[in-house]
Amino acid sequence: MPMPPEPMRHFQLNGRDCAVPAADHALLLETLRETLGLTGTKQGCDGGECGACTVLIDGVARLACLTRTGECEGRTVETIEGQGVAGRLGRLQRAFHEKLGAQCGYCTPGMIMAAEGLLRRNRSPDEAAIRAALAGNLCRCTGYVKIIEAVLAAAADG
Amino acid sequence: MEPLAPFSVVAPTSLAAALAALAEPEARLVAGGTDLMVNLRHGIGAPRTLVDARGVAELRGIAAQGGGLAIGAAVTLAELAEDARVGGRWPALAEAARLVAAPAHRAAATVGGNLCLDTRCTFYNRSAWWRAANGFCLKHRGSVCHVAPTGNRCHAAFSGDLAAPLLAYGATVEIAGPAGARRQPLGALYREDGAAHLTLAAGEIVTSVQLPPQPLPARYAKARARQAIDFPLAGVAVALGMAAGKVAALRVALTGTNASPFLLAGVEALTGAVPDAAWREQLGKLVQKQVTPMRTTLLAAQYRRRAAAALAMRLAAGLAGEA
Ligand SMILES: Cc1cc2nc3c(=O)[nH]c(=O)nc-3n(C[C@H](O)[C@H](O)[C@H](O)COP(=O)(O)OP(=O)(O)OC[C@H]3O[C@@H](n4cnc5c(N)ncnc54)[C@H](O)[C@@H]3O)c2cc1C
Ligand code: SF4
Ligand code: FES
Ligand code: FES
Repeated sequence: MPMPPEPMRHFQLNGRDCAVPAADHALLLETLRETLGLTGTKQGCDGGECGACTVLIDGVARLACLTRTGECEGRTVETIEGQGVAGRLGRLQRAFHEKLGAQCGYCTPGMIMAAEGLLRRNRSPDEAAIRAALAGNLCRCTGYVKIIEAVLAAAADG
Repeated sequence: MEPLAPFSVVAPTSLAAALAALAEPEARLVAGGTDLMVNLRHGIGAPRTLVDARGVAELRGIAAQGGGLAIGAAVTLAELAEDARVGGRWPALAEAARLVAAPAHRAAATVGGNLCLDTRCTFYNRSAWWRAANGFCLKHRGSVCHVAPTGNRCHAAFSGDLAAPLLAYGATVEIAGPAGARRQPLGALYREDGAAHLTLAAGEIVTSVQLPPQPLPARYAKARARQAIDFPLAGVAVALGMAAGKVAALRVALTGTNASPFLLAGVEALTGAVPDAAWREQLGKLVQKQVTPMRTTLLAAQYRRRAAAALAMRLAAGLAGEA
């Protein structure tokens, strides 16, 4: 039986209009990685447990692996690919680089997007606020200390 | 990644439209999806249609109601945790909301989804292939319970945090369905059966939760394996009122230990007394008698039993001290 054509979804992706076909049951993670080729957003678990897929929807951190693409209609979606400006690292990317906040790098896109969500709400978070904002993001390499230092450095960077 | 089994989504904006959509065969309500989408990805359930609750006007918002509060089922946990009225007068509820999962979950997760959360078990919250290799289990597709193989019932634990403080505050829930609407005590939403823990009939929706006025001072605490983010191994809410140095009113509610959240029975025997060390021991014993954790988590059942009692004693001591 031929599958019906997938409806088009419209949202702002990293500041640009985006129209992409996605079935009702398509997950945002799948659409980003497999249809749009934006593989910066990672899949680290069976769903909801690791935070590697964290993106911003309307400026708020959300998990792309539990979000249907159809939920994003008319909204803004931001991924790690939107962090760099004109080929230059964003402030969080730069801080993670300089403070050794990334080792294998698998958790890093999700960490940076969760931290970006925090910095939008709170321009100078303390360590407790950073820990709370990153509570859902697992890292198996760094021990988290360098990640927290990186977010503090990025916040100080304005 | 493994794709989900196909379904279509409808997004009604009125309760009437949502009830009509849910009356269709194999339709399933979804709110934040932070529980349901995980289960669907694990091959638990294959609805033909998901009915999105979040756009339904009647389920939105927090409103003052006769000195109390009415909380719409589609209110997110982030909204609940930040509401000044909730934080000011029902702090145990705000505390429980803040202790659910992580910020990215709470931005999506709803009150209704938290109250209607599926029960949890270490043999159940697994990928489809993992469960298949284990012959599935009684709760879904299998015939044996791996936790209590000689029995014939499921002991999966209800692990939603909000139910405990809501029970301690004496909350009611409003339910709408094909047969009309009704209001009932929150406790009547549940039954002690891990495979069928909700008393909702087919096609019914929890529309709101009502907090009665004049709440007792109350607190919520949970024991969890990972402090950063985790379901409760035992979650305890204590509401305690003092008068002239004695306990005048006491309500204790538990979650995470049984197939349903519940109000501790027999607390009347503890009122009218000075909450000293012996009194706290009695409270701890009462908790230990009524919680029935089974080996559904990686931690031993006995640990969860003791943790529940310890949390209840600690919270009660704190509340008695503040009064
Ligand atoms: C990593 C992780 C950690 C978590 N930690 C916790 C935790 O610590 N504590 C905790 O309590 N939860 C936790 N959760 C579970 C979940 O995120 C929350 O319980 C959340 O509140 C569920 O709400 P939801 O709107 O996302 O529910 P959904 O997934 O949308 O729905 C859950 C169930 O409720 C039903 N439902 C939804 N709304 C209604 C309604 N109005 N009427 C009738 N039925 C309805 C759905 O059909 C479904 O069966 C965690 C989840 C993950 C992935
Ligand atoms: S308690 Fe038994 S039947 Fe229930 S989910 Fe666990 S293994 Fe399955
Ligand atoms: S992939 Fe692990 S939380 Fe989304
Ligand atoms: S850097 Fe490897 S998981 Fe975080």
